[in-house]
Amino acid sequence: MKYLIWSLVAALIILHQDFWNWDNANLIFGFLPVTLFYQICISLGAGLTWFLAVQFAWPAELEYIEQQLEEKEGED
Amino acid sequence: MTFEPGVTQLVIICIYLALLLALGLFSNRLFSGSSKDYMLASHSIGPFLLLMSIFGTTMTAFALVGSTGESYVEGVGVYGLLASSSGIVHSLCFFVLGVKLWSFGRKYGYTTQIEFFRDRLESDKLGILLFPILVGLVIPYLLIGVMASGTVIMAVTKGAFPTFFTATGGGIPGWLGSLVVCGVVLIYVFFGGMRGTAWANTFQTIVFMILGVVTFFVIASQIGGAKGIWENLKIASESIPHDKLVRAGNHNMTYLKFATYMFVPLSVGMFPHLFQHWLTAKKASNFKLAVVAHPLFIMIVWAPCVLVGAWAAGNLVTIPPAVHDNPNAILPFLVKKFSNDVLGGFLTAGVLAAIMSSLDSQFLCVGTIFTNDIVVHYGGKGRFSDKQIVVIARVFIILIVAITYALSLLDNPRVFTLGIWCFSGFSALFPLVFACLYWKGLTKAGAYASVLTAIGMWCYYFYQSDFALNPDYSVLGMMPVAPMLLGSTLALIVVSLITPKPSEETLQKFFPAKDS
Repeated sequence: MKYLIWSLVAALIILHQDFWNWDNANLIFGFLPVTLFYQICISLGAGLTWFLAVQFAWPAELEYIEQQLEEKEGED
Repeated sequence: MTFEPGVTQLVIICIYLALLLALGLFSNRLFSGSSKDYMLASHSIGPFLLLMSIFGTTMTAFALVGSTGESYVEGVGVYGLLASSSGIVHSLCFFVLGVKLWSFGRKYGYTTQIEFFRDRLESDKLGILLFPILVGLVIPYLLIGVMASGTVIMAVTKGAFPTFFTATGGGIPGWLGSLVVCGVVLIYVFFGGMRGTAWANTFQTIVFMILGVVTFFVIASQIGGAKGIWENLKIASESIPHDKLVRAGNHNMTYLKFATYMFVPLSVGMFPHLFQHWLTAKKASNFKLAVVAHPLFIMIVWAPCVLVGAWAAGNLVTIPPAVHDNPNAILPFLVKKFSNDVLGGFLTAGVLAAIMSSLDSQFLCVGTIFTNDIVVHYGGKGRFSDKQIVVIARVFIILIVAITYALSLLDNPRVFTLGIWCFSGFSALFPLVFACLYWKGLTKAGAYASVLTAIGMWCYYFYQSDFALNPDYSVLGMMPVAPMLLGSTLALIVVSLITPKPSEETLQKFFPAKDS
């Protein structure tokens, strides 16, 4: 899963370089320029990718660190 | 009841600033008196406050007025150049660096970046090298905010005091507006510390996000002259000139520049004020919301502003020459044209919110760096009581605010072009923080080489760009940040490979075995 998520991040970075839209002046839904619409989709894709990242690639050792900190605070 | 022009806006700005002060002073009631509470809010910040304070800190006035103005000049391509790239890279930095730095900060009691670097690289003097670089790169960033706040207040209050301020057409002079903003930020940071800053940032972020969206709908529902909003949207977008719809033919938006601009947002990995915000988190899992929502929040703020800026470039609105020559005035001009003084006042409050939510964190952070990394570090940890450390931090914050304000009076318009150079400098230091966290092979000498190469190249390119006076400056068609990043990375790797490794004890500390 981790590899899939990092592949998605890499794909986002590559897809962000949308040279294929460089000279595209079309309007999506009649009001949204393609260039803007495409990059808004990249933003939405970033949100989704990071959602998957925090769900499936969250560093496991952090829970252990948090537990240690809570125990230490309890002692203090 | 009618007021002089500018009075309504001034009243709304004053109410907004008073609310901020009240929030900051109220947060002081929860202040425990310890330095940890003052500088890091006792690591008590939850997911929502963390998201809002991080987002508010990274978004400046550029997010509202700058994005609109930039879109008016360059077209809708600026969204991809600045906004969507930041959405990917900022969250990447929070995920890859922020969470890990938080864990070390909590484990070993760091408050500042320099404490971490000194410890990780077993080098006291590296702190001395980094200190002027980090502070030197933050100061122009602070200046941009202070000067912008004065300019904004002066523009919107024009006509309010025609007898008092004749030179500014009756508007509050820039020096006075900046002074009031600095004073308000100073008061709530002074009394509220990091908790006050986080609360104020949250309030301010909500304000500028809502106002950005409301402004968009107000303009969108009227700009086309039709009845419904949908019709107006279509009419407005059809009026956008072809060169603002595409990036082809724009010498400021070549393939290489567009691609290498993506390195600029890496700066968040090295912002000292963000490091401090990261350490305020109560739990590592509190980062999750910030990582996911940050790109979406950027989209909510930027997309409407970029579209409005492109509409302004069409033939539906006649832009006066004075506004045309100052693209940052496009959004206030449109608000004035399509709404009333009340929305104008609220929008100004939103712009000030975006500015101040960055200023407060930076003031607090620079004060903390001076206190922790210089006074306490060299004075001896046991020399000062906790109460004294808070007093020292507060004194430094007053000094930093005073120095920044004094520098803003020098009236150096060049400072507005310095923003991208500051970010590039921080981005060039990104390999250092990344290697500290992920490469055992990084050595003290490698870190020195990386920092010196980054700052050496930065100084050289900065000189070549006529000290930021040439906004189109590029290196082999690329943004200067790209070769800086490459140079600092190569220096770090090559020197680390041929110099002595850190001690086993340090490696164990920062790279513990999985089973331990």
